[in-house]
Amino acid sequence: MEVLKIATAGSVDDGKSTLIGRILYDTKSLTTDKLEAIEKTSKQRGYDYLDFSLATDGLVAEREQGITIDVAHIYFSTKKKSYIIADTPGHVEYTRNMVTGASTSQASIILIDARKGVIEQTNRHFFINNLLRIKDVVVAINKMDLVDYSEEIYNKIKADFTELMSKRDYQDQKITFIPVSALKGDNVVNKTDKMPWYKGEALLEHLEQLDKADIFNVGTPRFPVQYVIRPKTEEFHDFRGYAGKVYGGNLSVGDDIVVLPSQTKSKIKDIYFYDEKYETASRRSSVTITLENDINVSRGDMIVKADDLPTIEKQFTANVCWMDATNLTAGGKYIVQHGVNKVLAKVDKINHKIHPDYSGIEEGATSLGVNDIASVTFKLNKPIFYDQFKNHRTNGSFILIDPQSNNTVAAGFIQ
Amino acid sequence: MDKQNTMKKDTSNINSLENEAIYIMREVAAQFEKPVLLFSGGKDSITLVRLAVKAFYPAKVPFPLMHIDTGHNFPETIEFRDRLCKELGLELIVRNVQDSIDEGKVKEESGRYASRNILQTTTLLDAIEEFKFDACIGGARRDEEKARAKERIFSVRDDFGQWDEKNQRPELFDMLNGDIEHGQNVRVFPISNWTELDVWSYIEKENIEIPSIYFAHKRKVFLRDGMIWSAEDEVVYRDDHEEVIEEMVRFRTVGDMSCTAAVLSEASTITKVVEEIRDSSISERGARIDDKRSEAAMEKRKQQGYF
Repeated sequence: MEVLKIATAGSVDDGKSTLIGRILYDTKSLTTDKLEAIEKTSKQRGYDYLDFSLATDGLVAEREQGITIDVAHIYFSTKKKSYIIADTPGHVEYTRNMVTGASTSQASIILIDARKGVIEQTNRHFFINNLLRIKDVVVAINKMDLVDYSEEIYNKIKADFTELMSKRDYQDQKITFIPVSALKGDNVVNKTDKMPWYKGEALLEHLEQLDKADIFNVGTPRFPVQYVIRPKTEEFHDFRGYAGKVYGGNLSVGDDIVVLPSQTKSKIKDIYFYDEKYETASRRSSVTITLENDINVSRGDMIVKADDLPTIEKQFTANVCWMDATNLTAGGKYIVQHGVNKVLAKVDKINHKIHPDYSGIEEGATSLGVNDIASVTFKLNKPIFYDQFKNHRTNGSFILIDPQSNNTVAAGFIQ
Repeated sequence: MDKQNTMKKDTSNINSLENEAIYIMREVAAQFEKPVLLFSGGKDSITLVRLAVKAFYPAKVPFPLMHIDTGHNFPETIEFRDRLCKELGLELIVRNVQDSIDEGKVKEESGRYASRNILQTTTLLDAIEEFKFDACIGGARRDEEKARAKERIFSVRDDFGQWDEKNQRPELFDMLNGDIEHGQNVRVFPISNWTELDVWSYIEKENIEIPSIYFAHKRKVFLRDGMIWSAEDEVVYRDDHEEVIEEMVRFRTVGDMSCTAAVLSEASTITKVVEEIRDSSISERGARIDDKRSEAAMEKRKQQGYF
């Protein structure tokens, strides 16, 4: 059974948690004890209906304030698929957590309150979906029950959103509009008769038929070496294996490869997964590779096919989403973690800030504050081996670590 | 992984979860000086051991196991723990909650809901300091409990072992940042994205041995608050009026005996256990009394350094 990771985005009170709760409830994924807890607390608080956000807002501070602060991961299964929903915060100040939740997702749901329509936050959510190049986006127009299930209102929001779509640079994206009421359960798991004018699928029906292969950008094979396995036992005296995860396409025994940065050539001798040998290592499998000749390979090196090299450079330009309370400054020093490789980096130039509400760019910035998105050029103390993010989700992304605080302070997308 | 010449594409959820967990194990071994795998003898930590063995094959697992023993364990679990470590040639460190009690560092709870579960925290933090562990691998899963659902895969704890839930490091893509200050440690959760059913399915698929109490067996029990308690050990508090009966039960989760309830079950094989979990309408934590103490029981324990 395949697993589909979905991120949700929506402003405060657009009903993200209610939507997730509704999905869990209607797919019978909420266990009796969890449901009882929701009923009990909803009643205690004097609500007229079940507050499903109680199932997802796991922190005291979240329940106190009735908002989602940090990403929660919610799991459920149908007969067809397993799902992981990253329930991400809607508040402007938690944009970074939205990027966090969406970074590992293959599809996303943007919620819009039918009474409010497309607002500035919607632009921002859509922008982040574009930045992360999420291929399948559902625009769920929620609270349709509060606008008398009006087709007119739905069409107006759809038209406004379609205008927004013309502004993005990533056109290869599938957008599906679905009018829903998370509270009443219309068009979430089941289609109801409240909106006979809507001919499409219910939200879950749509997710069920998504083909993962279609919505995932694969890219060419890259094998960052995570760990060198040297058993030094009698039985495996000369064993020297390179453990890592295959990103992009497959690698096979006999493939001509190059080890970066040394540029040493070799061939793949064996591919192990535990004690079994395989002919081919598929995408995202954590295998151990041995090479035909005994060469020096360490953690952070990368094994690639000889006819398909990445860019090998000591500098790069990337869109950066800044996540920390301290500012990024021109000339500042950070650690670039690119896959498992850590390299010292200096901010060479902040090219321009990008307004995530599609209101354009801003030249001349000398620093970035929390939640700012900008094009930044970095210089590195040694080369990294990268692809453009648009061609390779894994080898085109990185995080920045502040060497003073050790915090992860930014996410980056190499241009 | 299918035993074919070519690895199948990751159509199988359990295969992709296994690959992810192995990747995380290797990151721990590569990024930290002194990692340890926290082992309770329960199904989740047994799964972790299996994943660790796979991650480093044919080399040995490059870190020891540590059991924080409450002294209130099911005897079957302890017997299993010792045998597993011996068979796999793994180093096992045991630290006892009883010692922390004897040293006056923690006070034993009393009464009908007394549990040593929370007392483990002090013993664990002392052991981390004693051995200077900088990474502790644990078997927590995000589907267990709503505060757990907020947990990162690499979760930084300060030098008091505390979790700052409102200020967690962003965790993006596959990149795990293990950079910490001296004195801090990272709690690592390789099976974060697994559900209870995934763990059981994996145990079935890999044919992993688990302690016998997970399977249906006749046991002397008594009922309280709609839950079934083991009456076979005096560490579980029982009032005189609480009548002992014999039932066919199994344990779905194996924690401290004083706060782990049994479920009625006929599932005597792993396949039947998987079926039972699939059809169950009660969550795993429904049998953990500690979590029912308040709406935020788990979050509060985690803030203090609990696993």
